[in-house]
Amino acid sequence: MKIWHRHSGIILPVLVIAALTLWPVITGKASNRESAFTILKAIALASSLNILLGYTGYVSFGHIVFYGFGGYVGLFLLTENEWSLWTAMLAGGLASGMLAFLLGTAILRLRGAYFALATIGINEAMKAFINNFDLFGGPTGITLNFSVYKPYGGAAQALQTSFYAGAGLALLAIVLSHIVRTSKFGLGLLAIRENEDAAEVMGVVTPRTKTWAYVLSAIVPGMIGVLFFFKNGNVEPHDAFPLHASIEILVMVMLGGQGTVLGPILGAFAYQGMRGYLVTSEFFKDIQLSVSGALLLLIVLFIPAGAIGWLRHRIPTLRRVLA
Amino acid sequence: MTILLSLQGVSKRFGGLQALLNITFDLPQGQILGLIGPNGAGKTTLFNVINGVYPPESGRTVFRDKDVTGLKPYHLAQMGMARTHQIVRPLNELSVRENVMVGACFGHENQDLGNASKIADEVLEFVGLAARVDQLAGSLNVAQKKRLEMARALAAHPYLLLLDEVLAGLNHSEIDSMIQTVLKIREQGITIIMIEHVMKAVMNICDRIIVLDYGQQIAEGNPEAIASDPKVVEAYLGDPRLAEQLLEEEV
Repeated sequence: MKIWHRHSGIILPVLVIAALTLWPVITGKASNRESAFTILKAIALASSLNILLGYTGYVSFGHIVFYGFGGYVGLFLLTENEWSLWTAMLAGGLASGMLAFLLGTAILRLRGAYFALATIGINEAMKAFINNFDLFGGPTGITLNFSVYKPYGGAAQALQTSFYAGAGLALLAIVLSHIVRTSKFGLGLLAIRENEDAAEVMGVVTPRTKTWAYVLSAIVPGMIGVLFFFKNGNVEPHDAFPLHASIEILVMVMLGGQGTVLGPILGAFAYQGMRGYLVTSEFFKDIQLSVSGALLLLIVLFIPAGAIGWLRHRIPTLRRVLA
Repeated sequence: MTILLSLQGVSKRFGGLQALLNITFDLPQGQILGLIGPNGAGKTTLFNVINGVYPPESGRTVFRDKDVTGLKPYHLAQMGMARTHQIVRPLNELSVRENVMVGACFGHENQDLGNASKIADEVLEFVGLAARVDQLAGSLNVAQKKRLEMARALAAHPYLLLLDEVLAGLNHSEIDSMIQTVLKIREQGITIIMIEHVMKAVMNICDRIIVLDYGQQIAEGNPEAIASDPKVVEAYLGDPRLAEQLLEEEV
C-alpha cells in the first residue's frame, strides 16, 4: 500500500508513453511514427530539463548543448570507430554527463539570472568550438555513410528501430525523473529550489547536489542526440546547438508544470501539437517561434506553476496522481 | 563538564564595519546561553560565524573538540549543529512535514526518507504543529513558521541548537508556550544558544548571558549579575552620567 502510494505518480506518465508508442504501430502509418517520435523526443528532453529547472530551480537556457554534444560524440564513434548505435548512445549520454559535471562544478555557484546567462554562453561557445573543430568535421559536420544502417536491416528498418529506441529513452527519462522526485536526493533538490541558504543550513551539500542534478539532466539529452542524428544521417553545428530549441524545451516544461513528473510530458505533447499546427499554417509558419515567446510570457504571468501545478493547487485530492 | 563549543578570539568585519571583535567563550554541554545586546550589536553575525555562513577573519571555533573554523553550514549541520533564522525561511511549496524531513534527512543522523517522516511527525507533535503536517509551509502564519523553523532544527537531533529570536513577534501566550518548548528541548540534553530581546525569557531560562555591543563582548555572567552590570545598562540606555548631566542642564 505504501509503495503504491509513493509510486502512483508514475502510472499516468508510463501510460502516455505506452499509448504514444502503440499509436503508429496500430495505425501502421510512417507519418504517425515520425510525429510520435518528435513528441517522444520532446518528452525525453523536457523531462530531463525538469530535473534542473523544476526540481532544483535553476533555469538553463542552453540545455540543448548536451543534446548536440552527445550527438556529435555518438556520430563520431559511429563513423570513425564503427561502434553500434547502442554503445554510441551510451557514450553520447556519458559524454554529456561528464560535460555537465565539469560545467556544473564551475557555473552552478552562480545563482538566478547569472546562471541562466552562463548557460546561453556555454551553448554558443560550444557551437563556435565545434564549428572550428576538424575532428568533428568543422562547419560541415559529420555525415553517416549509408552502410551504417546495414546492421539494423537497412535504412527503413533502422527508422523503425530508432522509433522504439526513442520510446525507450522517453521512458528512461520519466523513470529517472520519478526516481529523483521521490528520493532523498530529490528532497534535497526541492529544498534548494525553495531556499538554497536554508537548505545549506539544514545540511544539504548544495554544490555536490546541484552538480549531480545537472549531470542527471544532461545524460538522456546526450543519448537522444545520438539517436536523432543517427536517424537524421548527419549532424551540423547549427542543427546540434539551436538556441531556440533550448527555449522551446523550457516552454514545454513551464507549460505543463515544472517540478512534476507529468507536467513536462503534458507540456511536450501540447507544445509539439501546437507547433505541428503552426508550421503548417499559412499565417503562422514563419512566426511560430514568436508564438512560443508569447506563450511563455502568458504562462509566467498567469499560470507560473504550469497546467499540472495549477490543477494540483485547485484540486488537492489530485496531488498523489499528478505527482 | 565537557565543552561543546569554544570560540577563541573570533573577529569578523564587513568593509569598514567591525562586526565582531575578539569574541571568546566556552559553552559547556547542556547549558542555555543567552546572547543579548542592542540592535546591530552583531548577535546574528555571531550566529552566522558559528554555523559557517561567514568565515571569521581571525580566531578559531572548536565544536565537539574539532576545529571547525571556515567549514560550510552543511558541514556543521552534518556534525550536529542546527539553527533557526530570525527572518523565517520556510520551504514554501513543500508541505510542513517535508520541510521537517529535510532537517532529519540531511542533519548529522543522515536519516532515510522513511525514518525522517516518522521523526518529522514526532517533532511536529512536540512543537504543536501536528494538525498542519500536510499543509504547505507557505500557508502558515508567522508564529507557526517560527515553530516550523524550530521543528526543522530539532528533527536533525542536534547537539547544539542556535535559536535566533524565536520569541520576536509572538503574543504573550505564544511566548509562554514557546518558553516551555525551549525548556523541554534542554531537558532532552540539547545545548542551546539563544538570541533574544524578550528579557523576561532571557532572565528566566538562560544559565549564562553574554552581552554584545558594537561587536564586542561587554559583559558575561549569570542573569542576576548581568541585570545589575552598569556597562549593560549603559549599552541599552546610553551613558548614565551623560543622562544625569543633561537633566541638570535642563534645570
